[in-house]
Amino acid sequence: MNKPRLMQGNEACAEGAIAAGVRFFGGYPITPSTEIAETMAKLLPQVGGKFVQMEDEIASIGAVLGASLAGKKSLTATSGPGFSLKQELIGYAACAEIPAVIVDVQRVGPSTGQPTSPSQGDVMQARWGTHGDHPMIALAPWTVREAYDAAILAVNFSERFRTPVILLMDEIVGHLRERVVLPEPNEIETYPRRKPKCTRAEGYQPYTPDDDLVPNVANFGEGYHIHVTGLIHDETGFPVGSPKITEDSIRRLHEKIMRAEDEVIRYDEFFMDDAEYVVLSYGGVSRTSYEAVEKARAKGLKVGMLRLMTVWPFADKIVAKIAKRVKGILVPELNYGQLVHEVERAAAGQCHVELLAKYNMEIFTPQEIEDAIEKLCARGDK
Amino acid sequence: MKSEITIKMARCKGCGICVAFCPKQVLALSELSKVYVKDGEACIACGQCELRCPDYAIFVDKKVSQ
Amino acid sequence: MRSFEKYFRQNRLPHLWCPGCGNGIAMKAIVQAVERKGFTQDNTVIVSGIGCSSRASGYMDFDTLHTAHGRAIPFATGIKLANPELNVIVITGDGDCTAIGGNHFIHGARRNVDLTVVLFNNDIYGMTGGQASPMTPLNKKATTAPYGTVDRPFDACHLAQAAGATFVARSTAYHVTHLTDMIEKGLSNKGFSLIEAVVQCPTAYGRKNKMSDPSKMMMWMRDNAVMKAAWDKLPAGDRGEKFEIGVLYEDQYTDYAAAYEEVIDKAGGNK
Repeated sequence: MNKPRLMQGNEACAEGAIAAGVRFFGGYPITPSTEIAETMAKLLPQVGGKFVQMEDEIASIGAVLGASLAGKKSLTATSGPGFSLKQELIGYAACAEIPAVIVDVQRVGPSTGQPTSPSQGDVMQARWGTHGDHPMIALAPWTVREAYDAAILAVNFSERFRTPVILLMDEIVGHLRERVVLPEPNEIETYPRRKPKCTRAEGYQPYTPDDDLVPNVANFGEGYHIHVTGLIHDETGFPVGSPKITEDSIRRLHEKIMRAEDEVIRYDEFFMDDAEYVVLSYGGVSRTSYEAVEKARAKGLKVGMLRLMTVWPFADKIVAKIAKRVKGILVPELNYGQLVHEVERAAAGQCHVELLAKYNMEIFTPQEIEDAIEKLCARGDK
Repeated sequence: MKSEITIKMARCKGCGICVAFCPKQVLALSELSKVYVKDGEACIACGQCELRCPDYAIFVDKKVSQ
Repeated sequence: MRSFEKYFRQNRLPHLWCPGCGNGIAMKAIVQAVERKGFTQDNTVIVSGIGCSSRASGYMDFDTLHTAHGRAIPFATGIKLANPELNVIVITGDGDCTAIGGNHFIHGARRNVDLTVVLFNNDIYGMTGGQASPMTPLNKKATTAPYGTVDRPFDACHLAQAAGATFVARSTAYHVTHLTDMIEKGLSNKGFSLIEAVVQCPTAYGRKNKMSDPSKMMMWMRDNAVMKAAWDKLPAGDRGEKFEIGVLYEDQYTDYAAAYEEVIDKAGGNK
C-alpha cells in the first residue's frame, strides 16, 4: 500500500491526471488553479510528457486539443475567467469529438470577482458556457483523494466518449490539504485511446459511430488523412449543409452520453434509509453538509444526504426517485442558486425544494446548514 | 501545334487570368465564361497559364516530336 | 495529371474560392513545396483557422485540421509537441493570423515552435464579405471602412521577425515559382517560419478598390513587388506602393520541441 501523504486538492488532481495517462498540459496561470499547472510543469517531463505555459487561456485549450488529436491524452486547468475564455474551444471539442479535460477550480465571480475565495458559481457555465447544443460531463470532487480519482475518471470519460469533460473543482477542495493514500498503479483503470477498426482502403471514415455511438477517430500521423472541423460534418469528417445530417449529428452527440448515463452519473447516499428530508450537495460544500447532517441526525432528525460527484449530466432519475419519497430537499450552494433549479425540475413538485445560497466569499458553517435543515424539518408538510 | 493544351472544364471559373498572362493570345473566354483555345498554333508552351491558374483547370505540355 | 495533384482530395475539387481568387495559387505552391521537400502525406499535418484561406485544409490530402478563428497556431503547437515527427503547416489569413490570432502568432514565433505558417494575405476579410483587416492598406475601402481605412496596417513579416521567428519571407501569387521556393525554404527551417503570400481577392477587396479584375491585381503585384536586394537599395522616397519580397529574415535558434527535450532530460523523463 502507498504511504499516506499530505496533499493539496490541486496537486492530487494533477497527479491523478498523470496516472490516467495525461502527457500534455497547456495552461495559463490563474488563481486558484495555478498549482495544477505548477505540478504539471514539474511532473510531466519526469514521465516524458510536456508542459507548455501558453500565452493565454484560449491558446491553452487550443494546444491541448491539438496534442489530443496527435495522440496524447491532454488536460488544461483554469478558473472562472479563464473558463469563460475557453468556452469556444470547449464547444469545438464537443463538435469535433476531441478528448480533453478542462479543470475549473471555481472562485467567486462574476468577472474577476474574488479570486482567492471559494464559489460554486460556474455550475451553469460548465453546462451551457459554449454556444449551441451539446452534452456535457462535469465531475465535482469533495475530497483531496477524490480530486485524484475524479481526474482519472474525467480523462477516462473524455477518451471513452471522445468529448470534453469538465472537472468542476472549487477553491475549497483545490486548496485543501488532507492526508491521502493514493491507489497503487495496478489499482488504476485507464481507458485507452480508441483506435480505427479498419484501414483507409477498407473504407475507413473517421466519424462513423461505433456501436456505442462514439466514433473511432484516428490520431494524426497514422496515415488516415482525416479532416477535422468545427463545422457540422458527416461521417467522412467533411462539412455538409444537410438539415438531416445536422440534426442526426447533434442528436448523436447527446445520445452517446445520455445512453450511458448510469455509467457516468456517480453519487453517494448517506443516512438515506429512513430519511424524510435530504440535503443535496456537491463539491467542497458536501463536506459541510455531511457534518451538518450528522449533527441533525444526532438530534433525531430524519435527514439524509445525496452527494453528487457527477453534476452533469444531472442525476434526474435519482433526484426524482428521492423526491417521491421525502418531504423536502435542501440544496446548499455557494452561489445565488444554480443547481437548485435542476433539482426543482427533477423533483417536479413531488416535494419541497429549498435553496440555501451563500455568495459572500465565505464557506458555509455546519451550523448554517444545520439551522436550514431544522427549518426545513419544521415545515413538516409534504 | 507545338503544344498540347488540356482544359478541365469542370474546374474553370472563367477568371481570365490565363487569358491575360498568355503572351501569344492563345486563349479566350467563351460566352459562358469558360476558357477555350482560340489559336492553338500560336502556343509556345511557356506554361504561364498553367502556372497562375488558381483552379488547376489548364495544363500545357510541349509536344514531343515523333 | 500533374504530380502535385496527388496532394489534393480530388473529390473535394473544384474549391469554393471565387473566380480569380489567389488562394488556389498559394495552395498549389504549398503542395509543390511539400513535394520538393519529400514530405509524405502521412507525416504532414495541415492546420488552418477560419476564413477563406483556411478552407484550404479541406482540399489537401493529409491529416488536416480546420480549427476555430485565429486558433490554428495553438492547435498546431499542441500537435507538434505531441508528435515532433510530424511536419506541421499552418494556413491562415491576414485577419485570422494578425487580428483574432495575433497573440498566438507572436507567441508561436517567440517560442520558435517548428511550424511553417503560410499567411494568405488578401488584405480583407473575404468570407464575411469584405471587412477591413489589420493588413488592409491605409486609405483602402472595405465594408467596415466605407470612407477608407485610417487604421495603420501591420507588416506581418516585421511582426514575426520582431517576435522571434527564425525564417521570414514574402512572395505573391504572381511570383508563384518564387512563392514555392519561399515555402520550401520555410519547410526546411527547423523553427517558426512565416511566409506571407500576397494573394488577390478580386471579389471582396478588388471591387471596392477599383481593381476587380484578378489579372490586373496580379499585374499590380508584378509591378510593385521588389526583390529584397533591390528593395534595400531603393530610396525611401521611391518606395510608394512597392513592397519587398524574398527571404526577409533568417536566424538559427533551437526549436521549442528540441528545447523541451532538454527539460525532459533534466527531469529524468528520458531514462
